[in-house]
Amino acid sequence: MAKVQLRYVAQARSGDKGNTCDLGLFAKTKEMYEVFKREVTPEKVKAHFAPLVKGEVSRYEVPNVYALKFVLEDALGGGAPSSLRTDNLGKSFGSNLLRMEIEVPDELLTEEHCIQVPPR
Amino acid sequence: MVRVGAGQGFYGDTIYGALNMAKYGNVQYICFDCLAELTMAILQKDRQKDPSKGYTKDITVTAKNLLPYVKKKGIKLITNAGGINPEGARNEVVRMAKEMGITGIRVGIATGDNIYPILDELQEKGISLADYETGEPFTKSKEEILFASAYLGAWPIVECLKQGADIVITGRTTDTAQFLAPMIYELGWAEDDWDKLALGVLLGHLMECSGQATGGNFSGDWWNIPNMENIGYPIAEVYADGTAIITKPDNTGGRVSIDTLKEQFLYEIHDPSHYVTPDVIADFSAARFEEVGPDRVQISGVKGKPKPPTLKAIMGYPNGYMGAGMIGYSWPDALKKARKVDEIIRKQIELYELKVNDIHTEYIGYNSIHGPLAHPVDEEQLNEVYVRIAVHTDTKEEAVQFGRLFPPLALNGPPFVGGLANMYTVRQLLGLWSVLIPRAEVESRVQINVEEV
Repeated sequence: MAKVQLRYVAQARSGDKGNTCDLGLFAKTKEMYEVFKREVTPEKVKAHFAPLVKGEVSRYEVPNVYALKFVLEDALGGGAPSSLRTDNLGKSFGSNLLRMEIEVPDELLTEEHCIQVPPR
Repeated sequence: MVRVGAGQGFYGDTIYGALNMAKYGNVQYICFDCLAELTMAILQKDRQKDPSKGYTKDITVTAKNLLPYVKKKGIKLITNAGGINPEGARNEVVRMAKEMGITGIRVGIATGDNIYPILDELQEKGISLADYETGEPFTKSKEEILFASAYLGAWPIVECLKQGADIVITGRTTDTAQFLAPMIYELGWAEDDWDKLALGVLLGHLMECSGQATGGNFSGDWWNIPNMENIGYPIAEVYADGTAIITKPDNTGGRVSIDTLKEQFLYEIHDPSHYVTPDVIADFSAARFEEVGPDRVQISGVKGKPKPPTLKAIMGYPNGYMGAGMIGYSWPDALKKARKVDEIIRKQIELYELKVNDIHTEYIGYNSIHGPLAHPVDEEQLNEVYVRIAVHTDTKEEAVQFGRLFPPLALNGPPFVGGLANMYTVRQLLGLWSVLIPRAEVESRVQINVEEV
């Protein structure tokens, strides 16, 4: 097992609905999706986003596109038109989750299962 | 078969996406989603200043650029640019058509989404206006509410099309309704064709944020997206047998692949097996994506459940003001200097007895976007940093007063100031209140009007 930051193994997109932030996290393969299901739990996501997210975090499994869907409540400082934050729409929450580290079996650390990173 | 193209993903989107669609998209319809929750608040502020406004102002640009294509190519336009004043938007389109000498086109509007006038009536009938997200009871007076709009679905738009409209303008319709309506109209879908309606909702959902489906805001290999400067907006090609393809116009940049579409697929829909819209409750849990050609992805396996008995509505109410200021510092010790400013401002708030309910500090170039989760970097290496401080106040005057704390910092604060900005930024903050209204209360009041220019 290796500790890997999600940015090397996941795609993500996020946005606002009122004071709730919706976040999709995408694996490249079924094998990596299974790792996500085990490693990226709602509890861990809730802990990761403290103190930004004050409410509940729920998770939906979307196996047809190897994705996990997170709904983060009370997350945007009152919602876009009420928030004092620069990221009042929660569009950066996706990249913020990519900071999280998870345990990935060594044999999955190949190009097939991982996300490309930009060339230096 | 019908080809429906996306023309706009938000108020302020570029016109070139829609222009490329008109020129190269080979579409019968171009649909525009202009409204977000924040947009309704912005439009309400416009209307407070000028009662003839309250629609998205870029409809003028849209009309100027696309009316010739409506006339020459017979492309129909569907937009919720009406915001909280669909009549005003219609008048603006008609004005532009007259100015451009374009005649013989029909402009339709669908209204009835504005439930502000009937709030008292709803309450008298015993309909709860409790916030359905928090359960909090509704205790505000009508005078405190700035706008109240229910989300209409696709059928009022379909009715406009049936009455011969070339352009349909609505107020608050769901983001997907603009895209679903022409599919219903052209392919003859029935009100209880739940699976087809749900497919149309997914296609609409994939298109409603324009470039977000075709390689924009893409977190995969974004640096490989072709010609990102000229991303082509998505097109749905839908056949009578239920086959549906997402593609994009020729001669445009961007990419349509499973990889780019799947990010948009889950965007802002909460539970993917239970996406509630006025027209159908869509179940995307068995949706299949298949690449069937270059920039062509086939969508299938979408299921629908009967439409809900209620419609969602959003109300906005004033929630005080935001005052803000920003000042930049250069190396060396940029962050230390910026932090000193935060300390000074907080002390001055006490010293001058400014009344603030909340204060929020960010260091731009260091942690402004990821906030407390941002990883610390080597502070010595920071070439520059901007400190931005925002406060929530009850009155506009207090917010203005807060901004005045910033200019003196250039002379009275830490050394090597690099830029002072936004210190007179004062914004009215709005709270949002979501409710569920029995649909008959709203739908019985929907009105359709189609007039020829």
